[in-house]
Amino acid sequence: MSGLDTIAKEFVVESRENLDQLEIDLMALEGNPSSRETLASIFRTVHTIKGAAGFMRLPKLEALAHSGESLLSRLRDRVLVINPVITSALLALADCTRLMLTHVEQTGTEGDTDCAAIVERLARVGEGGGQTRSQQPDGDPPPEAEAVVQPNASEGNRPVQAGSNVRVNVEHLDKLMNLVGELVLARNEIIQFSAIQESSALLNTSQRLNSITTLLQEGIMKTRMQPIDKVWNKLPRVVRDAAQYCGKRVRLEMEGKDTELDRTLIEAIQDPLTHVIRNSIDHGLETWEKRVAAGKSAEGHIRLRAFHEGGQVTIEVSDDGGGIDVAAIRRKALERGLITPEQSRGMSEPEAMNLVFLAGLSTAEKVTSISGRGVGMDVVKTNIEQIGGKVSVQSQAGVGTTLRMRIPLTLAIMTALVVTSGDESYAIPQVNVLELVHVEAKEVRAKIEVMCDAAVYRLRGELLPLVWLDGQFTAGASDTTRARLVGRLTECDAVNIVVLQADDLKFGLIVDDVSDTQEIVVKPLGRHVRGIPIFAGATIMGNGRVALILDVPGLAVRSSVLSEAREKSAVRSDVSIEADPEPKQALLLFSGPDDTRMAIPLSRITRLEEFSRASVEHVGGRDVVQYFGDILSLTDIATLMPGTRARSRPSLTTASESFQVLVYSKDGRQLGVVVDQILDTVEERLVNMRPTTRQGVTGSVVINGRVTEILDLDTLSADVVAAPVSEHARAGAEV
Amino acid sequence: MVGIKVEDVQEVTSGSELTHVPLAPPVVSGLLNLRGHIVTTIDLRRCLQLDSRPADQRPVHIILRSDEGCVGLLVDQVGDVWDVGDDDFEAPPKTLRGSLRELITGAYKLDGGLLLALDTERALAFSSGEQT
Repeated sequence: MSGLDTIAKEFVVESRENLDQLEIDLMALEGNPSSRETLASIFRTVHTIKGAAGFMRLPKLEALAHSGESLLSRLRDRVLVINPVITSALLALADCTRLMLTHVEQTGTEGDTDCAAIVERLARVGEGGGQTRSQQPDGDPPPEAEAVVQPNASEGNRPVQAGSNVRVNVEHLDKLMNLVGELVLARNEIIQFSAIQESSALLNTSQRLNSITTLLQEGIMKTRMQPIDKVWNKLPRVVRDAAQYCGKRVRLEMEGKDTELDRTLIEAIQDPLTHVIRNSIDHGLETWEKRVAAGKSAEGHIRLRAFHEGGQVTIEVSDDGGGIDVAAIRRKALERGLITPEQSRGMSEPEAMNLVFLAGLSTAEKVTSISGRGVGMDVVKTNIEQIGGKVSVQSQAGVGTTLRMRIPLTLAIMTALVVTSGDESYAIPQVNVLELVHVEAKEVRAKIEVMCDAAVYRLRGELLPLVWLDGQFTAGASDTTRARLVGRLTECDAVNIVVLQADDLKFGLIVDDVSDTQEIVVKPLGRHVRGIPIFAGATIMGNGRVALILDVPGLAVRSSVLSEAREKSAVRSDVSIEADPEPKQALLLFSGPDDTRMAIPLSRITRLEEFSRASVEHVGGRDVVQYFGDILSLTDIATLMPGTRARSRPSLTTASESFQVLVYSKDGRQLGVVVDQILDTVEERLVNMRPTTRQGVTGSVVINGRVTEILDLDTLSADVVAAPVSEHARAGAEV
Repeated sequence: MVGIKVEDVQEVTSGSELTHVPLAPPVVSGLLNLRGHIVTTIDLRRCLQLDSRPADQRPVHIILRSDEGCVGLLVDQVGDVWDVGDDDFEAPPKTLRGSLRELITGAYKLDGGLLLALDTERALAFSSGEQT
């Protein structure tokens, strides 16, 4: 790599960081227009970019930064005062700079990005196109959309300390974390080994090793911890853009910015969090007219709260909007056939509330052809569950909605309860364990009862379904006839019950013996055994043997504890869907190229949008639109699909006013797929799927009497999504 | 007598205790702790649909490198390392049927008998294919 390349790379990385800071500062300045310090920071950032651009011989970028600087100097000289028009212009500058940086990174030149319009806009605003100080009206706040960030007083405005930090490549950290994991295992082995040796010297040394390892493990974990602010600092911009998009006035409050969690988790919560906030603004908060009529402040409040609780991190997103209309949800779920009338009747208020996480259910009252089809909340739930977290929602009509996400601190090392069954040890994640119950041999017959072919235990008056761990290990349906169960209970000695929680359900797992709780290092299973639903991974025990980690939800499904209960409560989740041999899938139907019918699993789509033709910008050979403050690149489905005949009327160039887009996100990047027409959403069992050789198509099925191809966007969009630099990856690239 | 390309072999170990995996495909004999790495082991006898190994015979693990990390192959015993020439190689005869035909690339005609060349990729893929 030549020296210049290295400099260019550094320039791109540093400039992006500067732009991140610029956005944060701009948001802060909107909240506190008189802060000279913030203004000076913004000025410095733009000035740095301008200087570097000059050095790198990027004249357009230099000119752009220069015009920004001119505007800022008028702000600094107090000729102008910051207002939403100026902020928007400066944000546009940041967006345009980002585009150019991407170009610089890929080609080494600033490309043909047209920034003249933004230069002109900055100049116009600077000449007083925005409101000057003297013109600013007093009294009533301007009715236009705006967002204000209210940092928590104790946390805001803290000077950033520089100089005492070192940049470390994330790969190194991951390697260190792996090594520490190995060390923890070796330590466990040594301790067990030294316990059986009669050497006090060895015992002493191994105890020291023990404490040092623990300290080292904590230390390394700490280096991987990042404050949640890393994700949150992007949100003010998200809120501002979404607020403008929806024409609402929103105030964002954040509490607990310093709450730390593992960086892999930080990355994982970014998308769900953004989605939830957009949802709150779009559907949760009312328009300001409605708010005033309801006696609330004109400005809607969104409150973010993060805190540690019982070894987990809780993140809350609350709004003071209209709340969720539970009756409407019930009605809609019934209409859509997601629940039966009997199920609806048997459902409590909170249970019905959680229907919002079902695929195919929208919380928005008005369902248009584009929005309100209920894409989204189920994706949030799936994403959070993937990292071992939980999502719940609380809402009060007219008062607001709170969405609570509970996620673990880290994924690599966890506390587990070690149990034995037969000759083998198994680890059960501690988060799933509620309590342990030991039933003495003479009490077994009295306390464990058999109903038909199921054993139950009365736990403080509640019936706890019981499952034998070894019974789950035999292939096929487990043999649980009443006679056999009674026989088992008669012959066994004392019974150890581990009371487990899977989703909302409790059940008791009967094991041979319960050892203790241990810190275990989670290791993935090889391909031969990966598909077994009752195991989540494996770990190495102190004696050097491999122990399997039980997957409690998987266990519940296999033992049919969960699926039966699910039928009762009717909240279908992905877990119970897996248990169903031919699960119904929610599919989005649309017309594809060459007038074919196509469908895609609804769970793969984050949003459906309609854009006006005028909003499309052409940048660097791509069609893009501005989308909630991000840049969404658009790709026509016809160009994605190999082997389609030349389209007679490419949808991006047709004369119609607007076009429909499926927003699809992968690895933190979003891609807009332009389709001819979105037709409907259906629930279908994908049986009799005909395999196909066509690339990007999973197969074809008959839906509503027409042959429909099921699209595999992951394969199709692989190169399109991978091409631009992921902002996501970059955010995680430094600690 | 079965031969494996030396370059596919990472190491040979014995005596490690295996952890049985319930519900795994029958060819999987268990999980092995290889210096802190968890390695799935496949029983070659079961791959080739042979009878089970006598209980008193201690098997040997051949650790193979594969695209997805190491995989162990459980065999009766490890013989020698031989240089074999392409001249002695012959594709499997048409009459050969069953799983053996799927799993070998051919045979080397040696003085002491035939050395069957095991297609390790196929052997590992074959056994994982059963459960998917």
